[in-house]
Amino acid sequence: MSSDTVISVRNIGKTFRIASTQHRATTLAELVAQKLRKPFTRHSRETEFEALHDVSFEVDRGEVLGIIGRNGAGKSTLLKILSQITPPTRGEIDLHGRVGALLEVGTGFHPELTGRENIYLNGAILGMNRREIDREFDSIVAFAETEQFLDVPVKRYSSGMYVRLAFSVAAHLRPDILIVDEVLAVGDLAFQRKCLGKMGEIAREEGRAVLLVSHNAAAVRALCERAILLDRGRVVHDGEVNDVLRSYLDIEPSGAAVLTWTETNAPREGGFRYRSVAVLNSRGEPASVLSHDEPFTIRLEYELDRPLPGLRVGFLMQTTEGVEVCGSNDVHVADEETRQPGRKFSECRFPAHLLNEGRYQLRFGADVPHGPVYILTPYCLEFSVEDHERHGESRYRLPGVLRPALHWAIDSTSPAIG
Amino acid sequence: MSAPVAPPEVEPLAVAEPAPVSAKPPMVCIRPPRAWEALDLSGLWRFRDLLLALAVRDIKLRYRQTVLGVLWVILQPLLGAGIFAFVFGRVARLDSGGQPYVLFAYAGLLAWNLFNGVVLKASGSLVANAPLVSKVFFPRLLLPFSGVISALLDFGIALVVGEILLLISGQPPTVSLLMAPLWLFFSPAAGHRRRLALRGAGGRLSRRESTSCPVALQFLLYASPVGYTIAIIPAGLPRLLYKLNPLAPFIEGFRVSLLGHGLIGVRSSTYACFMAVVIFLAGLIVFRRMERQFADVI
Repeated sequence: MSSDTVISVRNIGKTFRIASTQHRATTLAELVAQKLRKPFTRHSRETEFEALHDVSFEVDRGEVLGIIGRNGAGKSTLLKILSQITPPTRGEIDLHGRVGALLEVGTGFHPELTGRENIYLNGAILGMNRREIDREFDSIVAFAETEQFLDVPVKRYSSGMYVRLAFSVAAHLRPDILIVDEVLAVGDLAFQRKCLGKMGEIAREEGRAVLLVSHNAAAVRALCERAILLDRGRVVHDGEVNDVLRSYLDIEPSGAAVLTWTETNAPREGGFRYRSVAVLNSRGEPASVLSHDEPFTIRLEYELDRPLPGLRVGFLMQTTEGVEVCGSNDVHVADEETRQPGRKFSECRFPAHLLNEGRYQLRFGADVPHGPVYILTPYCLEFSVEDHERHGESRYRLPGVLRPALHWAIDSTSPAIG
Repeated sequence: MSAPVAPPEVEPLAVAEPAPVSAKPPMVCIRPPRAWEALDLSGLWRFRDLLLALAVRDIKLRYRQTVLGVLWVILQPLLGAGIFAFVFGRVARLDSGGQPYVLFAYAGLLAWNLFNGVVLKASGSLVANAPLVSKVFFPRLLLPFSGVISALLDFGIALVVGEILLLISGQPPTVSLLMAPLWLFFSPAAGHRRRLALRGAGGRLSRRESTSCPVALQFLLYASPVGYTIAIIPAGLPRLLYKLNPLAPFIEGFRVSLLGHGLIGVRSSTYACFMAVVIFLAGLIVFRRMERQFADVI
């Protein structure tokens, strides 16, 4: 441990106990009834879940460390332990300096309170004392560009103003160690950049340590020189940011986009039964993370107990924010022969350069128009598309759901494309 | 994070002199929780600004959101006293020791409302602030304490009204009023322990508690000398049992101090204060043991 180490994490482990809800009393009456019937057994059965195993790393002052990993890799748990929201089960952490954790922008903001009141409340929640807030007050207000609305309840703010104010309080936090979750994805673009600039300024000029947690490779690359990769609760790589990002994209995604139903829980109707659904990358392997420049396939596996002429099998896709993307089924390639009994695969191929960076989810359907089958599952399979090139100097995400590779030409006489 | 993340364009101007930090002991040590841990009083003190900010928030919201606002704080015990005066005074013709029954009941309700407010605010404070608990670190004990502060303010307002009522009815405040703050000090302590004990029993059942709590309080309201005086309980064993409720001496004591009539039993008062402190401490210990799991449960 060097003399500049400000965060020292040694062998941290976290085990969650999950009470199975089946045997658990949910009302007082139930509890009493249970205890009366079997007074000596423990009624809430618990299963254990290991969220973190043996995590160790150190951070020096002035360093910006990225923590990266898939959903469920343990990033949030680590973050909550570091910010003392939840205790570790094993291990030790030493933090040299005041810690400021930013897990959310505007925590504790109350819509009925005015901008001024919320600045003081939020500042206090983030760990500033009154004198510090007094000192930074004008600068917070100026930074948020909400001077005229200071004494208006924030419920009357536009969402942009609200986020700007919340962000501004956070950006003026001056801890020795700043822990930031993926909170920076909100607000308008110009303001986001302003905030990141401000945080970078504080980190560099004043030699503070910053921990940035993200699953977005581009963001981590832009801000950090060093990163650690978490996978299933373990540190699998700690090093230079580009190396770590490479292994991030290589590791087998823990949540490969495959859903397999068992005999008993499969969606079924009228002689049709789903077996599994999957998203396959360009190499034909199940993957939950795709690159925008590779083709991919959605594969539906199902079984027919009897001939089902007229059967259509397909899917609907939306973004995780709920924007409908598309839907498709195999009606054009289905015929008498493919609808005979047996195990079948329907595959839908997507070309490269179609979907933009983002997260998408799928639901699956099967029907025979006016016939015995009508199945529509809930959204049950998720995958994400990453754009490694991104756009322009600052590599921001292009807007929209599509990110097509279109043909352009420039010529001095019109029309350019003949 | 799909933000356009421009690398900060600011060049490091002057790197601050890095003091060798590790030479000093670490400021924050995070360790797995042990079964018994001392109360971190210095931690509570460090977060006093947050305590104040949370209390101010609660108070502002309370008085801003309802149109009646302050009026409600006054009306609530007044209406209650009116009902008690009618039921216990007129219908049941209970003895109030020669005082106007409304005043008598109002004094009882003041003390009761303080207790009631403290228990409700404190026990609901964790669930009400769940977003904070799951996103920010601070001593969790601040939340119930901030609830207590806003309950005290309500009490203060109602107390002023009570004094005005006394003056109107031609009973100038007596010297014994000076005793009132003493009861005032112990009553929240009594309330405190109760919610802490409840909270402890809650732990995992935190949400259920918010439904069972009002029922328990309703029962306690009638088991305490709010609308009547202890004097009507048959002397001997029944009264002794009745006095096991540590709330009874508080309410009686407060009323006697406020109205300047009657006697305060030394023994029962000592017992009540003792119980308040004991249960408060017990609640504190349970709270401490549960505290570190709140973020996982809520």
